[in-house]
Amino acid sequence: MKLHEYQSKRLFAKHGVPIPAGEIAATPEKARDVARELGGPVVVKSQVLVGGRGKAGGIKVAQDPVEAKSHAREILGMRIKDLPVRKVLIDQAADIAKEIYLGIVVDRAARRPAMMASSEGGVEIEEVARVNPDAIKSITIDPFLGLRGYQTLQLAKGIGLPNHQFSSFGRIAQGLFSAFSAYDASLAEINPLVVTSAGDLLAVDGKMVIDDNALFRHPDLAEMRDVEAEAPAEREARRAGLSYVKLDGTIGCMVNGAGLAMATMDIIKHCGGSPANFLDIGGGAQAERVATALQLILGDESVEAVLFNIFGGITRCDEVARGILDAFEQVKPTVPLVARLVGTNEQEGRAMLDAADYDLITADTLAEAAQMAVSAAE
Amino acid sequence: MAILVDKETRLLVQGITGREGEFHSQEMIDYGTQVVAGVTPGKGGQLACDGQVPVYDTVAEAVAETGANVSVIYVPARFAPDAIIEAADAGLPLVVCITEGIPVLDMIEVRAFLDEVGSRLVGPNCPGLLSPGQAKVGIMPGHIATPGSVGVVSRSGTLTYEVVYALTSRGIGQTTCVGIGGDPIIGTNFIDTLELFEDDPETEQVVLIGEIGGTAEERAAEFIDERMTKPVTAFVAGRTAPAGKRMGHAGAIIQGGTGTAADKIAAFEAVGVSVAQHPEQIADYVQQRV
Repeated sequence: MKLHEYQSKRLFAKHGVPIPAGEIAATPEKARDVARELGGPVVVKSQVLVGGRGKAGGIKVAQDPVEAKSHAREILGMRIKDLPVRKVLIDQAADIAKEIYLGIVVDRAARRPAMMASSEGGVEIEEVARVNPDAIKSITIDPFLGLRGYQTLQLAKGIGLPNHQFSSFGRIAQGLFSAFSAYDASLAEINPLVVTSAGDLLAVDGKMVIDDNALFRHPDLAEMRDVEAEAPAEREARRAGLSYVKLDGTIGCMVNGAGLAMATMDIIKHCGGSPANFLDIGGGAQAERVATALQLILGDESVEAVLFNIFGGITRCDEVARGILDAFEQVKPTVPLVARLVGTNEQEGRAMLDAADYDLITADTLAEAAQMAVSAAE
Repeated sequence: MAILVDKETRLLVQGITGREGEFHSQEMIDYGTQVVAGVTPGKGGQLACDGQVPVYDTVAEAVAETGANVSVIYVPARFAPDAIIEAADAGLPLVVCITEGIPVLDMIEVRAFLDEVGSRLVGPNCPGLLSPGQAKVGIMPGHIATPGSVGVVSRSGTLTYEVVYALTSRGIGQTTCVGIGGDPIIGTNFIDTLELFEDDPETEQVVLIGEIGGTAEERAAEFIDERMTKPVTAFVAGRTAPAGKRMGHAGAIIQGGTGTAADKIAAFEAVGVSVAQHPEQIADYVQQRV
C-alpha cells in the first residue's frame, strides 16, 4: 500500500526526521490560509500516488498567499497520469543548496533491508542507477543489530557530505530506518533530502510503501489507504480477498494461484488472444469468494469469453464449482465460458458443472482451454 | 532417491487441528507419508485425523515423544513466524511453511535466525514438497505425480501442479517436486535446490519454473552455467504482466524496469537453458531428453 507524500513525511517526522512546516488543503481558500500562516514563499504540491508530479505541473512555488491560492485552484483540478488531484500539500519553501537521496528497500538477495544514499537527489534512484551507478552508496542492515553508527558514517562520507553534516545525516538515517521498521514498510524514501544554504538537512519529499501483509498490525495505517487511487474493481477484489489486476484484453480469467494465473494470461496471448485481467482467487477459495470473482469478471464490458483454470491443491475443485454455480444464480453469464478443473476433488467438481443447466465448454489441458477461449471470444 | 523428503521422513504438522491443517494431514497420510505428530498450542493430548495422530502443545514435546524430523506449517500468517522459529529451535533440520501472507520484515528475522541455528526452511507461501511414491509434505495433489528421474523446482504453487501433471500425462516421472514459494524472502532458493538435484544420483534432468520479480532466475542461470552438468528446462510466468502491479504473489512485481520475464528468459537462453512458451511445452522439451 502506497502512502501519500504528506502521510509519509508526517510518519518520518514522528521518528525524528526534520520536515518543512506545512499543511494539507483540499480547497484553494484553505491553501491560501495555510500559506498566510506559514509566511514567505511556499510550495504547492499535488498529492497523488504516482511519480513525475513535477513534470506534469503538479508542483509549483508560490511567492505569497494569493499565488498559492491560484496554484492550488489549478492543481486541484488536474489529473496526473489519470489520477484526480484531491489534495495539495502546502509546504514552506526550502532554501536549497544541494539535493541528496536517502532510501531503504528490502534487498531480496541479501535478505535484509538495504539503505541507499546518493549525492544525486531529486531524480529517481532507478535513473541514477542506470546513468551513474557509482553515485549510489549502499549498506545492508542486520535485523538483530539494526542500523549502526559507522554504517551511516560510511554513507555520509561516501556521498561526499562534509564532516559537520555527519551527525545530522546519521540522525535522519536512524529516523528513517526507525520509521521503516515501525510501520512495516517495504520502501521508505526521502528524495530529495535537502541541504539548505545554512547547512541544515531537511526531508523535502517523502515516500513510503507499506507491506500489505503487515497491515493487520497497523489498523491506523490501513485507514490511510487512498481508495480513490484504486480502480473500483480492484478495490472490490481487495475487500473480497482476491488479487485482481485489470488488463485491456477480451478474455476474462479466473485462476487459482498467482503463477498459474500469469501462465494462463501468457498462454492466451500465445494462442492469439488477449487477457482481460489477472485474477487469483487464492488458496482454499470458498464458494462465496469465487462468486465475487466471477461477478468482477463479468462486470468488465470488454470481456468476450471467460476462462476458468482451476488446479486444485489447497483449493478444492468442488468448492470452486459450487462458487461458479452460485455466481450464475446472481449474474447470468452472456458470454461463452470455458472451464478446466484438475486436482483435489476434481471428479466432484466436474460432476457438479456437468449436472448444471449452464452451457460450459470443458477442457482437459491448459493449451486446449486457452485455444477454446480464444476461439469463443472471436 | 529423492531430495529433502522420502519414505524415512517422520513428519510433524504445526496447525494440525485447523481446517486446512487437518484436511491436508489426512491427504498426506493417505499418500503414505508418515505423519507422526501434530502441534496446536492448547490442544495437547488430543488426537487428530480420526484418532491417528497425537497432538502436542509444543514442537519440542512432539519431537521428544515421536522422533519427528521434518515439520510442515499450516498456521495463520500472524502466528507463522513464531511457528517456524519454534520448529528450528526444537532442532528440526527441515521446516516447510505453507502459510501465505507473512510480513516481509518478520521473514527477514526468521531467515536470519534459521541461518544461525542451521535449519533449512522451504517456503513460506509455497505448496511444499512431493517425492512421488514416497512422501508428500504440503498441499500438492499427490495423484498428479509419478516416480521418475526429473527434478522440479518452482516459485509457484498451482503452476507447479500444471507442469508436473503435464509430465506425468506423458509418462515422465519425477524424483522430487519442490515449491520454494512466491515471497520476496524465502528459505530455500532456486540455487539451493538445483545444487541438491545436481548431487542426487537419481535426478537426470531438472525443470525450473520461475516468474517475474526479483533476480532469482538470473542468479539461477549463472549457477546453471557454472555448476550444473544436468540439463535444465525453464519456464518464466508473466510475459504479459504490466510493470508496477503486484501480480498476486508479494514477490511478483516488475519494479524500476527490473524483474521482467524478458530479462529472465534472456538470462536462461544465454547459458543454453531451453525456455518453454507455455507449461505443456515444458513436457515436450523434457521428453526430447528422456
